Amino acid sequence: MSRPEDTLPPDLFYNDTESRKYTTSSRIQKIQSSMTHRALSLLSLRSPSLILDVGCGSGLSGEILSQTADEGTPGGPHIWIGFDISSSMLGVALEKEVEGDLFLADAGQGVPFRPGTFDAAISISAIQWLCNAESSEESPAGRLSRFFGGLYASLRRGGRAVCQFYPKNDEQKKMVSQAAVKAGFGAGLLEDDMGTKNAKVYLVLTVGGGDLDGDITGVVRGMDGVDVMDARRKAARKRGEEQKGSKQWILRKKDQMEKKGRVVKASSKYTGRKRRVQF
Amino acid sequence: MKLLTLNFLTCAIKSCKSTPASFPLHPRDAELEIVEADLNILFLKNILPRLMWDELRVIGSELGLPELPSTPPTREDLVEPSTTAIAAPTSDGTRDAGEEEEEEIPTQTAKDLHRVLLETCIKEGKLVCGNCGHEYKVLEGVANFLLPGHLV
Ligand SMILES: C[S@@+](CC[C@H](N)C(=O)[O-])C[C@H]1O[C@@H](n2cnc3c(N)ncnc32)[C@H](O)[C@@H]1O
Ligand SMILES: [Zn+2]
Repeated sequence: MSRPEDTLPPDLFYNDTESRKYTTSSRIQKIQSSMTHRALSLLSLRSPSLILDVGCGSGLSGEILSQTADEGTPGGPHIWIGFDISSSMLGVALEKEVEGDLFLADAGQGVPFRPGTFDAAISISAIQWLCNAESSEESPAGRLSRFFGGLYASLRRGGRAVCQFYPKNDEQKKMVSQAAVKAGFGAGLLEDDMGTKNAKVYLVLTVGGGDLDGDITGVVRGMDGVDVMDARRKAARKRGEEQKGSKQWILRKKDQMEKKGRVVKASSKYTGRKRRVQF
Repeated sequence: MKLLTLNFLTCAIKSCKSTPASFPLHPRDAELEIVEADLNILFLKNILPRLMWDELRVIGSELGLPELPSTPPTREDLVEPSTTAIAAPTSDGTRDAGEEEEEEIPTQTAKDLHRVLLETCIKEGKLVCGNCGHEYKVLEGVANFLLPGHLV
């Protein structure tokens, strides 16, 4: 089956007919709902928050964000603002009288909010579209960079974003994650049902500062299958030398610091553990 | 579009991002609408420190709304002073459900703030950037922030 992303630009693909078909399909409703709940569990919001929904479509996720904690939305009800490039999709959302505010915008053009606006952001099944540039003057890399740059700035310190998306291939997965890291995010990839045709990829993003300290491992600790990405370049290796950043190196440095009378974090089995550096 | 959203939206044009005049966007020819919503006291408390109060006042006066106080309320101003703190346990020693999460009672200030931020909406009109003059149309409450390629 061909990917819709390869057939038409999103605003043309999601026309009135397709938007209605999409929104009324019980199969799609079910999948989008379960992915939204998954994303919410990764955001771990504890109280009503201001949330951005990127590529909100007809508001399938938004309806869940507006629900109370008792109805299954952690920390809810949240207040959300959604934008989408398809006016037909937004039209369906209006008909459904969703509670969030909606506006028409292209994520590839940026995120027009003042710095630190949102507690969190979600995006379900949308950002793979950024990899298909609509015109010759735009490149996927440029669009991804404007999007993640804008998203990063619009989140408050310690804020988080979770973007579920459908990468076409590994290269696209890497291009998207790399663009997020370049924008300043701490990033991790979570894959559910990996290797099956129902595989779901979640890009988990954190902004430094606040109560999270920007440590992606704070989000993904104890979660199976999350690959933490690291923005720092691999240090050039010199053969035979103790590698900077290695467990051995860290333990030696800690020892040095301790001898100088500094307080150092206790070593554990995680100390210096190799993260899977993706790029 | 809620006035809450307008307190965070900026002009989307790149060269405007760094200039203070690109925030707030100014409503023009605006038709307002009240859309009732449940008051969410925890959300109000959360968002309060993030509001740009002076700008909210400016927008309010541009829209002809009753004048807002010159200083923002504090979080304490939003909830009635607690009266349940000294509530005695029930005779059989069980705790009733409401006791775990003490219900916070919104003050009139909270209700007013809720009215302005979450129920007062721009239904039709334009939002105009104070720096570049770009006009973002609002139709059925939905603002159009799509930019022509050369402005991105
Ligand atoms: C599969 S739908 C998902 C909609 C919604 N998030 C959901 O889960 O039901 C993908 C959405 O992404 C939107 N989209 C695609 N490219 C976009 C862009 N550049 N900016 C904003 N939205 C975009 C489409 O218009 C469409 O509504
Ligand atoms: Zn401007």
